[in-house]
Amino acid sequence: MAVSETVAATSPTATTPTPRKPRRAPRGRNAAYWLYLLPGAVLFVLVIGAPLVGTVYLSLTKWSGIGDPTFVGFDNYQRLLHDDVFWASFRNTVAMIVAMVVVPTVLGLLLASVLFDVIGRRFKPRTAAALRAAFYLPQVLPVVVAGIVWGWILRPDGAFNSLLDAVGLGALRHDWLGDPGTALPAVMAVMIWVQIGYPVVVFMAALQRVDPELYEAAEVDGANWLHRFRAITLPQIRPETFVVALTCTIAALKVFGPIFALTRGGPENATNVPSYFAYYTFFKKLQVGYGSAISTVLTLIIVVVAVVFIWMQARSERRNRGF
Amino acid sequence: MAVTLTPAPVPVHRPVRDRHHRGVSRWVVLVLVTVGALVMLVPFAFMLLNAFKSPGDYSSGGPLSWPTEFYTKGLRTYWTEVNFPLKLWNSALIAGSVAVLGVVVSLLNAYALGIGRVRGRLWIVGLFLLANMLPQEALIYPLYYVAKEVGLYNTRLAVIIIFTVIQSAFGTYLLASVLGTFPRSLLEAAALDGAGKWTVLWRVVFPNLRPTLAVLLIFFFIWTWNEFLIPLVMLIDNQTQTIPVALASLQGDRLMDAPTTNAGALISLVPAILFFLIFQRTLARGITAGAEK
Repeated sequence: MAVSETVAATSPTATTPTPRKPRRAPRGRNAAYWLYLLPGAVLFVLVIGAPLVGTVYLSLTKWSGIGDPTFVGFDNYQRLLHDDVFWASFRNTVAMIVAMVVVPTVLGLLLASVLFDVIGRRFKPRTAAALRAAFYLPQVLPVVVAGIVWGWILRPDGAFNSLLDAVGLGALRHDWLGDPGTALPAVMAVMIWVQIGYPVVVFMAALQRVDPELYEAAEVDGANWLHRFRAITLPQIRPETFVVALTCTIAALKVFGPIFALTRGGPENATNVPSYFAYYTFFKKLQVGYGSAISTVLTLIIVVVAVVFIWMQARSERRNRGF
Repeated sequence: MAVTLTPAPVPVHRPVRDRHHRGVSRWVVLVLVTVGALVMLVPFAFMLLNAFKSPGDYSSGGPLSWPTEFYTKGLRTYWTEVNFPLKLWNSALIAGSVAVLGVVVSLLNAYALGIGRVRGRLWIVGLFLLANMLPQEALIYPLYYVAKEVGLYNTRLAVIIIFTVIQSAFGTYLLASVLGTFPRSLLEAAALDGAGKWTVLWRVVFPNLRPTLAVLLIFFFIWTWNEFLIPLVMLIDNQTQTIPVALASLQGDRLMDAPTTNAGALISLVPAILFFLIFQRTLARGITAGAEK
């Protein structure tokens, strides 16, 4: 999913809709354009609008998927509040945000800046491009397939334990994904590996549009790398940082494939996340109403997070323009 | 492109020791980043090492041993057991159809929103953007239920329709903002020549947007190729499944010993890596084009 947002991120028109609404054209002429929106709108209502409304409705019912749903009001939501698995899944979402947003954004800023500012300029740009490709590679793979390879690596008889043996750390051998104590950190490590390439690529693209003279001038003034990083890199690529943080947070809230491939939420729900919990409730426990309630709560959280992010971004842009 | 190839200016007033110091530290940085990049590639090395190892070899030598023979039976077993060519075709058919249809729908939507400037367009664009962020769990059960009712369950067509809409939600958002800045003079000139809206769309807007549409097409293809939840729920048998779903549904199967798992993962990853290599330049160009817009 990652590269998509690159386009949005690097195209300034995507984030700043024109505030003016020129109303020069008479209404009658514009009305014909509705025809072009028609196929898209019909499809949208059928595939997104109606199913979303359906899920919200089903969250107020008890239903196994067969026969008619029974309306039960807010019972499912009441049940959610007292469900330890539900709370555990949201605690694990926080861990996913650390692994998919916080760590990749911070590391990505450092890596992109080092690749662009040090390696790209002190060595050949091709070196920087090759290193960038290595970090980016996991992003292009079907994440489930990557998850299956990692699941094998982290097995008790997998490659990671053999590696520990080989370097004399055999005492640390462990069933990394099978022990509730280590499963979550292990999944987090895999997610960092999956995610890191996205911020690196976006931030490197962003740095391309920063005026190189800024860096050269700073260098002439004797600013070292850290000075340049704080005074030029960070403020210049703030818009991209927002976009990366937003899209990665949404991805972390929605994460499903890697959990499915690595642990199926186990052991003992140690790695369960809302989307897997909802899937399991829908299709394994056949509790459609309860699964719908989980999905509805997750949807609400995502919408709130997105609105807050976009509001913060708009505010920060306004403040910057003020200076 | 903006990367300057000119050697860094050497300031005269800088103490010599400092330059020396920097000369060393840049190598330290290079080594550190290279080690990081190699760590990223280690899982691929593990996979390659074990995809061509016989089960006997694996159980006696473990995951790190060098294979004693170039063993391809794991690969062949996986290829025939899951009917890999059919999975490849399913994935390509679904991702290809979604890419084309998704771009067409996005373009039509964005034409009405960005150029037609229909009333309430900001709200409509916002709606599309929000739709793009929805968790698929919020849609899946009604989609699954209706697909069963209308006989689209376990068909590739169902997945194609669903992803056309999901991807075009993003495409509409992106293209609408790009078209919001489309040069009005071009449109007016075409209108003076008596071109209708349909002609303007295909003769004026489409050719100008072609690079952006190409990037969008590739993104839609790759994203759809890599999708998991909806294909997992919708496609349940060998005839319809996609590559990732086929691999995941064999997880834990008796057939999947370590070498076969690795071989299966390897051939499942090859198409994605090929796209990456083929499309890399188009994507880089598209991204820069977007940046300079």
